[in-house]
Amino acid sequence: MTQPALVLSDVSKTFRSGGRLIQALSDVSFQIQPGRVTGLIGPDGAGKTTLMRLAAGLLVPDKGNIEVLGIDVGKDPIQVQSQVGYMPQRFGLYEDLSVQENLELYADLQNVPRQERPVRYKELMHMTGLAPFTRRLAGQLSGGMKQKLGLACTLVRSPQLLLLDEPTVGVDPVSRRELWQIVYQQVQNAGMTVLLSTAYLDEAERCDEVVLVHEGNLLGQGNPQDFSDEVSGHVFQISAAHLGARQLQAQLSHAPGVLDALIEGETVRLVMQAQAAANPDILLPGESGVKITPLTPHFEDAFVAKLKTRPDRDEQKLDLKVGISGQIGDEVIQVKNLVRRFGDFVAVNNVSFSVRRGEIFGLLGANGAGKSTTFRMLCGLLPASSGQLAVAGHDLRVAAARARGSIGYMAQKFSLYSNLSVLQNLRFFSSAYGLRGKRQSKRLHWALTTFELESYRDANAADLPLGYKQRLSFAAALMHEPEILFLDEPTSGVDPLARREFWAWTNALAEIGVTVLVTTHFMAEANYCDRLVILSDGEVLTQGTPREIKDLARNTANPDPTMEDAFITLIEQKKTAA
Amino acid sequence: MIANTASRMRLLGMIRKETWQILRDPSSIAIAFVMPVVLLFLFGYGVSLDAKHIPVGIVIEQPDLATRSLAGSFSRSEFFSSVLYSTIQEAEKALDKRDIEGIVWMRNNFSANLLSGRQAPIGVLINGVDSNQANITRGYIQGTWLAWLSHYTEAHGRPLPMPVTLEQRVWFNAALSSRYFLVPGLIAIIMTLIGSLLTAMVVAREWERGTMEALMVTPLRIGEMLAGKLIPYFILGMGGMLFSVVLAVWEFDVPLRGSFWLLTLSAALFMLVALLIGLLISIVSKNQFVAGQLAIIVTFLPAFILSGFLFDINSMPAPVQLLTHLVPARYFVAILQTLFLAGDIWPVILANMGALLVMLIFFFTLVRIKSRKRLD
Repeated sequence: MTQPALVLSDVSKTFRSGGRLIQALSDVSFQIQPGRVTGLIGPDGAGKTTLMRLAAGLLVPDKGNIEVLGIDVGKDPIQVQSQVGYMPQRFGLYEDLSVQENLELYADLQNVPRQERPVRYKELMHMTGLAPFTRRLAGQLSGGMKQKLGLACTLVRSPQLLLLDEPTVGVDPVSRRELWQIVYQQVQNAGMTVLLSTAYLDEAERCDEVVLVHEGNLLGQGNPQDFSDEVSGHVFQISAAHLGARQLQAQLSHAPGVLDALIEGETVRLVMQAQAAANPDILLPGESGVKITPLTPHFEDAFVAKLKTRPDRDEQKLDLKVGISGQIGDEVIQVKNLVRRFGDFVAVNNVSFSVRRGEIFGLLGANGAGKSTTFRMLCGLLPASSGQLAVAGHDLRVAAARARGSIGYMAQKFSLYSNLSVLQNLRFFSSAYGLRGKRQSKRLHWALTTFELESYRDANAADLPLGYKQRLSFAAALMHEPEILFLDEPTSGVDPLARREFWAWTNALAEIGVTVLVTTHFMAEANYCDRLVILSDGEVLTQGTPREIKDLARNTANPDPTMEDAFITLIEQKKTAA
Repeated sequence: MIANTASRMRLLGMIRKETWQILRDPSSIAIAFVMPVVLLFLFGYGVSLDAKHIPVGIVIEQPDLATRSLAGSFSRSEFFSSVLYSTIQEAEKALDKRDIEGIVWMRNNFSANLLSGRQAPIGVLINGVDSNQANITRGYIQGTWLAWLSHYTEAHGRPLPMPVTLEQRVWFNAALSSRYFLVPGLIAIIMTLIGSLLTAMVVAREWERGTMEALMVTPLRIGEMLAGKLIPYFILGMGGMLFSVVLAVWEFDVPLRGSFWLLTLSAALFMLVALLIGLLISIVSKNQFVAGQLAIIVTFLPAFILSGFLFDINSMPAPVQLLTHLVPARYFVAILQTLFLAGDIWPVILANMGALLVMLIFFFTLVRIKSRKRLD
């Protein structure tokens, strides 16, 4: 056996943040083998970035030892830094320098001999598809191109070990696929070792080996297939003749032996405990027309199964009384030929869609596709350049404030006051929406009990665990019983369990007639929506139900396409058409 | 040798990158070249600490030759613009409204007393709200009065008995023009802005945008990183300094009596101190907003208030005077004012340069200790 490329032995690291100690990593030990792509998989806050920084010698562990390519990182970080390539999550591109100048800088810093440079530059530019843009300023590249340039800069002197910290986060599926191709080329042609971290569980399947981390602990290491195999035979697709997917999921998640129930279009994906059988009579007593077919497990199924077998959290039944006036099925959001320009740049180009009452409607797209701009216009925060916008019957051009009264909004980042207590936050947001007196105290009580925030009522929002922060944001958005809920990237960076909890609430709201508009760059989450539009470069790529969209990519070679496959197919069709 | 070329390549790479960034960022050019022009014009033309045309009211209760002659010497003086009143009540009203800053009151028995050789007092009332202005006004009124008196007595053949006469000469700034000492001092302010504010913001920006993390994992040594930052901004700052000197000498006619090379040398010394403070600030605060605020509070405001550029250090309370010794601009302002107005006065220059050198060594050591290639 050859010498491992990276060895961690009993590594622990804690941070102090506002008087609290955060255990970023506790006693983590593993090693990775040379010449392979190892995935470091885990949700945000799992300790992935800390681990990468420790390996690059940017942090010093509290305890334990790290060896990179046989060098002790603690003793000789400079030696390590001249052997590894490290691409931080927000790669340090100088946006006011051109593509070529960024390359030159990193070539200088990495001491690439001058005579080797022209060949290497050409190779990298060709590989990343950036060759036509060498003179363009890095700040003017798209998100995917920036990421590829970052990778090119890291690879300018072919490193032996490549550390990539979430290189694909927020990147469009096409660029994502190209990034993976570049990574594999490096491994195959240059014999490079790659450690790549990601929060996208579907990317685990592209790695030779995965290391699973969760809340600073190592959950396991191995071939991704081996993980999936653990739940093989326990994953099913289930549908019932007289139940919608949402009701089906709600019932199934409380059924005995069920680890995970996930909406996939009109059906539900089910992960069962190893010893439990998928018996329709036990799962859905009294239902007729139940169809159960076994499925090949995905990595995510295995991951969730692994997490769920740990001490379980109580799933509570939500009591979400929200007063809804009007009929299910009315069009509550209408967008017609919406355009938004920023100078010469057209951020949103001729976008039209409509959302019906009680629907979960998704806006899907990569960073920079125009999701947030569309969202801001719908909230009345940004005027449209042209086009029509109506929310809950109010034209946003003339009655933005009135329209906002019927909207609940949950922003992408945790946007509550972190130095106010839970109760103070809720009180403030409810009074901002005009709630006072009896009604306010009733809603406060409702929020604290429904989201189990009672025990945290006097704690500062900043000190809440991540999952509870999300609950608080959600509760704050619902204080004034809005009939329309806008959720901007609500699940970005939360762990798969918290994500499921979140979707359970959203589904419950939609069931009682609340209209939900949600943006996401997780292609897989599109499955939870009733209908969606896919945006790309400010334009509508396609819209429809998840099944309709996936059908676009369905063919004999790929009988069961994912949303991502559909996206890539559409982009390619658009390119060939142009 | 190989290590040397590698090191030189990295350093040159850093310097080239900084230069590109400076050239493309309009705000750094603005701070280095537009700011000096604005400040120099503001302080050179706009602000004057000299008292001229102070509005005073002259109250003449009984007009005659003597009172008219005294009033005439006030109205002829360029220090005053005088307004005549016939009753003190009218003049007091004007003083209340701040139409005038002071009152010279000649009572109706003024001439009679004067002629009879008795004491002939005049009443002087001064608005003391602005104490500095009040002092100046009082001084000028007294001077004008005394000048008139000696002239008057001489003309009437009764020379005033004066055992000591004051024969004053003002050195270095003979015209007592405040511009002459404001403009050289401004150069210290401008260099503080470029050295500390700009540098602190630029380094903090690297932290904010995540470029620092990418730089740190390259083989770049910490010394190379610091030098790569210092050298371009040093050149920029010296450029700003030269530009200000040119403006001072040619546009504002401030004499440069000392040697230019000594000026450059001391400016270089001060520039390094300012840059090091800027770097230190950016190490402490890793975001642009805090770095900017900190740089203004720690460097710019003290340079403005406590350096002797605008306010005389000797007239500050003793504890504040002690505090001024911690402000590097204080030493540089002293050097600048000496070199521009007095010339190469070696004891002054050497003492102040010595102080700057001590500061340089202190901050350099601190930056070296504080900056590590680590994120925690």
